[in-house]
This record gives sequence, structure tokens and C-alpha cells, in this order.
Amino acid sequence: MMDLSSINPVVLVAALMVAATPILLAAIGELVVEKAGVLNLGVEGMMITGAVTGFAFAVTSGNPYLGMVAAATGGALLALIFALLTQYLMANQVATGLALTLFGLGFSALLGQGYSGVSPPRTPRLDFGWLAEIPVLGPIVFRHDPLVYVSIIIVAAVWWFLRYSRAGRILRAVGENHDAAHALGYRVRMVRVAAIAFGGACAGLGGAYLSLIRVPQWTEGMTAGAGWIALALVVFASWRPWRALLGAYLFGGIVTLQLTLQAAGWRIPVEYLAMAPYLVTIVVLVVISSGRARRTLAAPGSLGRPFHAAG
Amino acid sequence: MTTPLLAIEGLTKAYPGVIANEEVSFVIGEGEIHALLGENGAGKSTLVKTIYGLIRPDTGQMQWRAAPYAPTAPHEARATGVAMVFQHFSLFDAMDVAENVALGMDDPPPIRQLAARIRQVSTDYGLPLDPGRLVGDLSAGERQRVEIIRCLLQNPQLLIMDEPTSVLTPQEVDILFQTLRKLRAEGRSILYISHKLDEIRALCETATILRRGKVVASCDPREKTSRQLAEMMVGTALTAPQRVGRDPGAVLLQVDGLSLRAPSAFGTSLKDIALTVRAGEILGIGGVAGNGQDELLAALAGELRAPHHVIRVQDQPVGRFGPNTRRALGLLCAPEERLGHAAAPDMSLTENALLTGAWREKLVWQVFIDWKRARNFAESIIARFDVRTPGPHVAARALSGGNLQKFVIGREIMQRPQVLVVNQPTWGVDAAAAAAIRQALMDLAQGGAAVVVISQDLDELLEVADSFCALNAGRLSAPRPVPGLTMEQVGLMLGGAGDMEVAHVAT
Amino acid sequence: MLRLERRPQPSRVWVWATPVLAVCLTMIAGGILFAILGKDPVAAIRMIFWDPLFSQQFAAFSRPQLLVKAGPLILIAVGLAIGFRAGIWNIGAEGQYIIGALCAAAVALAFFPSGPADVRLFGTVLFSFDAAPSRWWLFPLTIVAGAAGGFLWAMIPAILKTRFNTNEILVSLLLVYVAEKLLAAASVGWLRNPQGAGFPGSRNLSQFPAVANPEILPGTGMHWGVAIAFVAVIFGYVLLHRHMLGFHVQLAGQAPRAARFAGVAPARLVVFCLGISGLLAGLAGMFEVTGPARMITIDFNVGYGFTAIIVAFLGRLHPVGIVLAGLLMALTYIGGELAQFMLGLPSAAIQVFQGMLLFFLLALDMLSNYRIRLAYREAA
Repeated sequence: MMDLSSINPVVLVAALMVAATPILLAAIGELVVEKAGVLNLGVEGMMITGAVTGFAFAVTSGNPYLGMVAAATGGALLALIFALLTQYLMANQVATGLALTLFGLGFSALLGQGYSGVSPPRTPRLDFGWLAEIPVLGPIVFRHDPLVYVSIIIVAAVWWFLRYSRAGRILRAVGENHDAAHALGYRVRMVRVAAIAFGGACAGLGGAYLSLIRVPQWTEGMTAGAGWIALALVVFASWRPWRALLGAYLFGGIVTLQLTLQAAGWRIPVEYLAMAPYLVTIVVLVVISSGRARRTLAAPGSLGRPFHAAG
Repeated sequence: MTTPLLAIEGLTKAYPGVIANEEVSFVIGEGEIHALLGENGAGKSTLVKTIYGLIRPDTGQMQWRAAPYAPTAPHEARATGVAMVFQHFSLFDAMDVAENVALGMDDPPPIRQLAARIRQVSTDYGLPLDPGRLVGDLSAGERQRVEIIRCLLQNPQLLIMDEPTSVLTPQEVDILFQTLRKLRAEGRSILYISHKLDEIRALCETATILRRGKVVASCDPREKTSRQLAEMMVGTALTAPQRVGRDPGAVLLQVDGLSLRAPSAFGTSLKDIALTVRAGEILGIGGVAGNGQDELLAALAGELRAPHHVIRVQDQPVGRFGPNTRRALGLLCAPEERLGHAAAPDMSLTENALLTGAWREKLVWQVFIDWKRARNFAESIIARFDVRTPGPHVAARALSGGNLQKFVIGREIMQRPQVLVVNQPTWGVDAAAAAAIRQALMDLAQGGAAVVVISQDLDELLEVADSFCALNAGRLSAPRPVPGLTMEQVGLMLGGAGDMEVAHVAT
Repeated sequence: MLRLERRPQPSRVWVWATPVLAVCLTMIAGGILFAILGKDPVAAIRMIFWDPLFSQQFAAFSRPQLLVKAGPLILIAVGLAIGFRAGIWNIGAEGQYIIGALCAAAVALAFFPSGPADVRLFGTVLFSFDAAPSRWWLFPLTIVAGAAGGFLWAMIPAILKTRFNTNEILVSLLLVYVAEKLLAAASVGWLRNPQGAGFPGSRNLSQFPAVANPEILPGTGMHWGVAIAFVAVIFGYVLLHRHMLGFHVQLAGQAPRAARFAGVAPARLVVFCLGISGLLAGLAGMFEVTGPARMITIDFNVGYGFTAIIVAFLGRLHPVGIVLAGLLMALTYIGGELAQFMLGLPSAAIQVFQGMLLFFLLALDMLSNYRIRLAYREAA
């Protein structure tokens, strides 16, 4: 029999934040992209590209933060290919997103040769001094690596940007009705390219979090669907930043619980437990999608539609 | 002579295959309501977009109070003092009124201050608006107010209005005109684009008439009759469709208590709709856009299903049947949106002929398509309805609006329907094609079919229909015979006061 | 300044010229990539595209491989193309392929000749079979099992979409991961070879003639799966170009509202498109596990389900184009292995190569719908 008493809830919560951070980063980036009316299905490809570039740069330079910057840049560059194809060459967004993922998986495998089995430089936790010693609260809130906090800050910033800033209002307008935004003189493509690049950078950063902090190692195909789960998370969040955070942490909880149950020696074979994250994501998608009226209200009006200005 | 507000000299803009504007010149004076008159495709939109900085002309120039004016983007136009109320395409459904207004301004104040100003300005001009409401929930008239207020907050010298009354009831038109006259009294100029001649004669003191991209005349519309203006606009003498007295026959289409929930978030629910159309009769259904026209057509076409006995064709219940079964029973439809609904834009005319004609015209053997018969059918539509196109292999989107509309309506008429329902049959269609389509509908009724014409063009309805009812917020008024119906009565019906006696008691 | 200008209708010439051009550009870009990796680009390209077919040294081995690899790619891609034309994106063919193979293998193994066979789940015996080794109906039954497996797996996203409006892209893709875990569970658990000394993997089905799917014509690589793939191509062609349903499929993809007006029931179309593509992917898995792969292993799937997406696009979603594209992609697989062997080219390089091909294809696609024009910005 398994020993449930071995599961410590405080450790669990701290661990779920770590488990959630990669998909949270990827999801918040994609949320902005979709708010601008673009559906980029290449999150998985950008994440894994970020994972490998981040890893390579961190190992070569010995500095994990340099790796993260490289990962964000790598993700953004790959996203710009998507932007070029969909915004300027009018390619189909779904197909291009898939291409991005297929390419990213191959490209990362190519780049990552010779990095498997290597340990990356350690990313130190932030030092909050005595705060980290507070019982319960300490381990949960004050004992993380910097990127956990960065991810939360990005969520807050995106929330503020979309809700209160003028640029955010323009971005939403472009995503809601690109013809109207164009008629008012906004530069639809430029807004979208910027959003796509931001989404790529976030996905790249999420990938680097996996390879540099969470695992930390490089293995081929290590994202294992995290990018797709991030896409599902955006739908779950109804395009609202804080709900994306909530969703990511719930999801992180499931992953962590599943791993803990494995470790605690549950009798279900590992393979079946490992299905849990994907199955849970599907179930959540079903529950969210069936509330139809609300969903249609929340989804940006021009999502996935190509824009070509006449004249 | 005083310096004009805006002088346009020799503007030319060519697109591959068409010259949208050719050597266009005219002037707009200060404090003037200037009409820009022309058919669909005459080049009005291109000209207006040029003034607003959305399009750069190939040659020619503009002067604003004698200074060179060449906006490269709308914000430059707005900075100069030009504002524009769009015909459609410029509001964001999922955002509120204040946000929509802010998006149209170059330097918007914080939303809370803006909301207060919207309240104030909108009340001042007699167009009250609640800044916190979601634009998607507003009526067409209210949506237009948002656009107007958005312009007025920028304090423009020149206000461009593109077909502003096409979405309004006659009463709303009166309110709008009062606002426009007030603006003129303040010294502002208005460039008023329309093809509705009576309005222009009532409102404007100068008119510039465009035909095929060129200025063909300038005049004072108050001194001309509508007929004279129309002939200048179209270039030929118009023949009105011929109306022959008809004896109504048996009931072919009957709808009783049709209620349907709106299929989409910003759609309109249908509420307890009843109508009866007899053989040889044309029923006109008027109403401002967004009052359930699309939903009614979808319900009659079979895209939306209803309880079985609610819709009957020749006493055969069809409510639960899909589009093809209804077609087999003789109920045919032509929706409003030509590209994407009535026809697939990227498909050839042959394929589009197959789209509704598959079974009725036996273009399909068992389940296999007989492409030769389909092509022949397309060719016969093209020939009989004078569709100008190189051939049936051409993609639908390559056709002009009028030609495609002739094809779409022709496709249904060629199938000899017992009942034909059309929505906006002449929307965005040039006058000659519109006249041809109206004549075809009347001929069809003459031949013993029942015809339902849903339209926002009241003149059209009064011209072709035998009886008239109004669609308002998903409700259909009781029908009234068209002979003897006045515009004022029509306006009241559209405004929802279907039962006019009650309305009189209330006032 | 370059401007795109929409053509009044798609150019027929460019529709078919773009894939050819894309392949050429990919060869150039691939050559550059190989050069960066320190390989002779000309030799590498030649090794990938020429040697498998024409070199005396390798052709004897490689040529049959062409059909072996192209078979499943074409079979899956034909199904995907039907859905893609309707705007229904089944990107989980890889999962349907795995489940098809698992179902087929489970049925086949249930009848495996060595004594009574048990079908187990979680270690419990569900039911036992008396071996009936050479019944004629066994192979057809395995085929049905494979097709049914793929079909039912694809029904999950289909039903979720029609009943709950759930995005079929995400669901079908997520189910690939679930299928992979099931595959792993099967090869270490309920389908493991009882005589395999504890190693993961099922029994070798090629030792079971009643269900085996050998080469029909020795030395060609032609097996039943390839034959069925060509049947599927003909079926796909008739469906898409002659059948009313195919017309409705395209209508739904191009103009959904017009499709509804034409009487297409969107839900039925979703079920049909996902069903047919799942079924074909399942069949591909079945023929693979009983044929070239011989058994269920953890790494049974090699990405045919994803490469088939590229095949479908490269073939312009047209069955005949898909045959050519399938053969070409098969060639890159074989040539890639050869180059890996002979030149030490990393195996991932071929994946990158395939990804680039899709990029170039999508980038050039606009040539068929748009004209490029030079526009001069006049001095204001």
C-alpha cells in the first residue's frame, strides 16, 4: 500500500509552482498573441527551441541568466518566421504553427546534440533571508528561483497592459476586429508581429525553465506536449491573465501529485499515471468549451483570420 | 470668393483593371453640407478614403484652407480636422462604448474622464449614449451614434459620413438630420455620401455626382428633382419595374409562432413570428439591420431548425427539414451576404451553381456529380440573367457585386421555386442590376410563386411588394397592404409601434 | 516596395509549381545547413535524393524501402487531406496510428499459435483464446481491428467537438501523448512477449503467417498496406472530385456559412472527416505492426503521423499530389538514414530538412493567390 503520510502539502505547493512555471510562461505569451487575433500553434516548437538554446548558452557561458536571455531571443526569432509567413506572406496560421512545431522539434534535436547528459550551471534561489524560514509561508512564497517571480510579474504586467494601457487597448482592438482597426489607421500587422515576437520570447523562456531549472538537463523532445497544454490553458483562462495563472497552478498541482503518487509507490503502472496531465487537460477543455455563450464572448473576434488590407 | 475648406484637384487612383477615381476635382466650402452622389462602384469610397489618408492617390492634390494637404495616415487627417463616420467596419463589439471612442482618438483622456465627456456631448447633440455599454449589444442606430460621438469629440472641421442612413429608421433619420444641421450651424462642414436622393435634396446645398470614377456634374440638389439626380448618377433614363395587378392564389408559405433563440452572442432571437404568403404575392419585410433578418432567413432556409409544424410549404410541415429537403419541396432562399453565404468566394460559378441546384436541377447522379450538367446550368443562369463574366469557370469573388447578385438570385429563380425568400436582393448593386433583379422577382410572382423580400431599402419594398410588415427586435408586425401606405406609417411600424392605434393613445 | 495583390482567382500554374519550387529551395537551404554542419553539401544532397534510388551500392536495399516508408505516409496523408480541406484539423494521426497498431496486435496476439493465449489488463486475465493459427479470417479481422482502433481514437476529438465544442486540434494532439503512454504500457505490460526474457516488446508477428503482412512482390517493398494506400488514393480522388460529399467537404473548408446554406451538417462532417482520417491512420499502424515493424515496441511510432501532415500539404491536399509527396518524403527518410550512415549526418538534420520544406511551401503558397507587384511610393 502507498503511504499518503509521506506527502507533505507544503512541499507539494512549492513544487507545483515550479511545475507550473514553464507552461505559465508559454501560456501568457500565447494569450497576448491570441488577444492580437493570431493563433500560433507553434508554442511547442518555440518552447523546445528555447529549451535548447537556453541550455547551450548557459552551459557555454556558465551563466544561467545569459541562457534565459538567449532562450527568449531564440523563441522570438522562431516566432518571427511565423510572423513573416502569416502576416506578410498570408500563409495559413494553423499550418504554419504546425510547421513551426515540426521544425522546432527537429532543429532543437540538431542543436542539442552533444548536450545530453551535461549538467547546466545551477540557477540559485533568491535569498529572502529570514522570510524563507517562516513556517509554511516561507517554503511556498520565499524559496524559489527568480524565474518563478518573473513569471508572476509578467502575468501582472500583461494584465495591466491589456486592461489599462492605450497600447493594450489597441492590441485588443486589432484582435477583436482587424478591419475596423485598420480603418481607424492602426497598423494591424505591426501590432501582430510585436505580439507574436513577445509570445515567442515567453515560450522560449518557458522552455529554458524546463531545461535549466525544472529538470535540469537537455533531452530530445523534453517539452513533451507542454506547449500544447499551454495552448489549452489559454482557452481555459478565457483569455484572462490571472485565470491563466490559476489554471497553470492547478495543472502544476496535478503533475506534482501524479509524480508524488508515483514516488509513493501507487499500484497503477507509471505509464497510466503519466497520462494524467494530458487527460486532465482534455477534460478541462471539454468543461470550459461547453459553456458556449461565454466562450464566444471571450474569444477575440478576429482570432485566426488572415488580414490583407485592400488598396 | 472665400477660400474653401477643402479643395480637391485632379485626383486619380487606379487599381489593376479599374480606375477608381479619374481626375476628380471639387471644393467643399466652410459650413456646408456637401453631397457626394454616385452608384455603387462609382468611386465614392476610394475618394473618401483618400481624403481620410487611408489611400494615397496616384496623381492630383488636395488643399486644406489653401495649404497643401496630403495625409499619409488617418491620424494625420484627424490632426488636420477631418473625421469620418464609417458605413460599417469600425466598431469593436466586445469592447464598451468608451473604449470604442478612445480608439478613434489620437490622444484620448483617461477612460473615466472620457466617459463623462461622452455622456455630456452625446446629450448636447441629442444622441444620448451610455459609455459603459458593450457595443455589440447596441442597435444599429446606437452604434452609429458611437461613431458620430467619436468624431465630434475631436472637434472636426470636416465630417465625412458614408451612407449614414442605410441603418436607420425614418424617425432616426430625422434626429440625425437635426444633429447635422446643428453641426453646420456651428460652422462645420459635412461631406455626405449617399445614393438616397430625397435625403440629399432635404439636407445638402451642393452635390458632386460621380459616375465611373469621374465627376459628371455639380449642382444644387434642392433645384433638381430626384429623377434628374438619378439620371445624372446612372447616366441613362431609368425605367421603373412594371407592376401588374395580381390575384393572390392559394397559400404557399405559412409560418405560425416561430420563436428561435439567437444562434450567436450578438444575434437576435426570433419571437413568435407569423406570416402567410399566397401564390402570386410578394410580401415585403422591412426593418433596420440587426433586427432578426439573418435569423429569419436562416430559419426559413433550414439552416436553423424549428418545430415541425411551425413552417409549412403548401401545407406540408417543413420545420425539422434541412435546406435540401426544403428545396425539394419548392422553398428556395437567397441570403444577404453574397460572398461566403450565398456563394463560396473561391469556387467557380459552376461549383456555385451546384451549391443549391444539385438535386433540383439533377446535377447529381446518385451521389456523383455530373460536372457537365452543372456547367450547363451555370451557363444558362449566366445567359438568362445577363451575368457579365468570361465564363462559368471564373471564381465567384472575381465578379462585381451586381453580377454576382444576379447570378445568385438567378440561380434560385431558374429552379422554378414555389416559394422564394430573398434577403437584401439589391444591396450594394448598381441601379441597372437592381432594376433587373426587382423585375425578375416580380415576374416570378406573376408566374404563380410566393415571394418574400426582406430588405432595409424601404423604397424597394414599396415598389415591389403587395403587402408590407416590419421586423423589429425579432418580432414581425402584422402585414399591411402596400397601396396607400405612407412613409410615416412605415417608420412607425419599423420603430416597433406595429399597432399604430396603441401608439397614438400613448402619445 | 513590394506589394501583394490578390488574384481574382487562384493561379492553376502556381498551385502545382510551388511544391516543386519549395523542394528546390529546401535543397539549397538544406545544403547550406549541411555545410554548416561540416558536411559536403553536394554529397549529402546526392546521398539523400539520388543514391537510394540509383546508386549500385545502395539501391538494391533502399529501393524497396521507398514503398515501405511511403505506404503509411500516403495512407495517413490522404485521410488528413480530406479533413484539412474541410477545415477540420486532425493533427493526432500519430496517436490513431499507434492505437490502430495496438488493437491489431492485440487481436493478432490473442490468436498467437503457441498454446492458449491470454489477454490481460493490469495483470488480470480478461479472457483466454484457444490458438487457431491458420484461419483465413484472421488477417481481415486484424485489419478491421486496426481500422476500428484508429477510427475510435479519432472519434474522441470528433465527439468532444460536436457535443462540447472542444477544439479538435488540441484534443487530437494531446491524445498522441496518451497513445504513446498506452504503447509504452502495452510493450512492457499487457502485450509483452511472455518468452521475451522480460525485455519490453511483443511477440514477433512475422512468425505468425496467418496475420503477417509480408512483401507481396519480393524485392519491391510492396506489402498489403501499400496496396491499400493506393486504393485509398483512388477513393480519395473520387470522393473529393466526383462525389457530392467531397464537394461539401471543400465547401465547408472554404465558406462554412455557404456550406450550411447548401445543407451540410457541420457535426456530421466533423465526424466523417476525423473518422476517415483516423481509420486510415489506424490501418497504416496495423499494416506496419504486422509488416515492416513486426512487433509492438516502445519506439514503434517514428512520426509518420506528423510527417504525413507535411505530405498532405506538399501534395496540395490532392490525392495524386500526395502520392508524389509521399514518395519524396519517404526518400528523405531513406536518404537521411543513408547519409547518417555514410556521412555521419545527424538524424535530426533530416527532421529540420522536412520542417524547412513545409516552411518554404507555406511561404510560396501565396504565389498562387497573390501577385507580387512593385509599387512606388511617391514623394509626398
